[in-house]
Amino acid sequence: MTDDGASAFALVDKIINRYGGERGTLIQILLDVQKENRWLSGESLEHIAERLHVPLPRVYEIATFYKAFSLTERGRHLVTVCLGTACHVRGAPTLLDRISRKLGVKSGGTSSDGRFTLLTVNCMGCCALGPVIAIDESYFSNPSNSDFDRILGQYK
Amino acid sequence: MNSITLTIDGKSVEARSGETILDAARSLGIDVPTLCHHKDLLPHGSCRLCLVELKQGARSQLVASCGYYVKNGLTVETDSPRVQRARKLVLEILFASLHENTDIQRYARRYGVSRSRYKRSLEYCVLCGLCVRYCQEVKKADCIGFVGRGVHREVAWIPLSRYDDTCKKCMDCQAICPTGVFPSNWGMASPAVES
Ligand code: SF4
Ligand code: SF4
Ligand code: FES
Ligand code: FES
Repeated sequence: MTDDGASAFALVDKIINRYGGERGTLIQILLDVQKENRWLSGESLEHIAERLHVPLPRVYEIATFYKAFSLTERGRHLVTVCLGTACHVRGAPTLLDRISRKLGVKSGGTSSDGRFTLLTVNCMGCCALGPVIAIDESYFSNPSNSDFDRILGQYK
Repeated sequence: MNSITLTIDGKSVEARSGETILDAARSLGIDVPTLCHHKDLLPHGSCRLCLVELKQGARSQLVASCGYYVKNGLTVETDSPRVQRARKLVLEILFASLHENTDIQRYARRYGVSRSRYKRSLEYCVLCGLCVRYCQEVKKADCIGFVGRGVHREVAWIPLSRYDDTCKKCMDCQAICPTGVFPSNWGMASPAVES
């Protein structure tokens, strides 16, 4: 758990202070905490609500609305498989299957070593490369099983 | 100074700044149907039942009258053919889950909606937000909120313990819910947030 203990709240507090504790910066704060911790824990949401004097339901409304936020713990890296129309007809479902078996998780799940969380999206805007996957901010076109092993090895 | 003049259904009407088209229309005795509107709550604009047509020369647009504030010189039609078409569709959608609601039945009759193309279901929630806003703005208890988006959107207690520690003793928003079952339908919602 990234959010246990004083140190994790210290991070949240630092982010809140950066924005001067302004109510109107709630989304920005959530984005920054999401970025640093890779997810939003219930405790951190409660802490943010308290510090900004925003009712907890208002915080959850935002945190559950945007796809950028995750309320479950995520791995250190995001593996995103595109299931958009173009990638779909170019074999994305089988690719997803392979990757999901490699990582030992279904879409939305996190590998047991905490390294990867597997997600799907609908179109990444580079359909010509399809079927395409992304690991964090790098894109890979239709990786074979051995490509994939090699690529994964680069992420700790 | 604050008086604003606009035209609704061909009649000139004076309104105060800060009033909505709905307020002004009702002051003329025009029965604009509404669902998510409530006099004690801020506009929400979610049901679209109160749509009216705003005419600007050759152009016209549909706006939600409950959330559109009056302006000088507005020309509004509350029952034009375009409004009727749009309202019929909205009614048909609402009718699918609110066919036991007397207001909706009355409006449905008026607009000749007797059945819906959409699958009939008595869902507990049509996402009008009345309960959420009531708890927030009037009760000031903030026990509930919307979670999720799209088809996954639902009303939930946040945190779940609020139901036991506050709602059980209150139940105020039951009267406001158009399906009449919230918040007594304990267990029907799948609360997203455990406390
Ligand atoms: S529970 Fe009732 S009042 Fe609340 S949003 Fe749903 S339909 Fe509206
Ligand atoms: S029953 Fe609960 S949600 Fe409804 S108004 Fe009362 S405190 Fe708020
Ligand atoms: S469909 Fe996959 S990138 Fe567009
Ligand atoms: S009453 Fe205006 S949108 Fe619902």
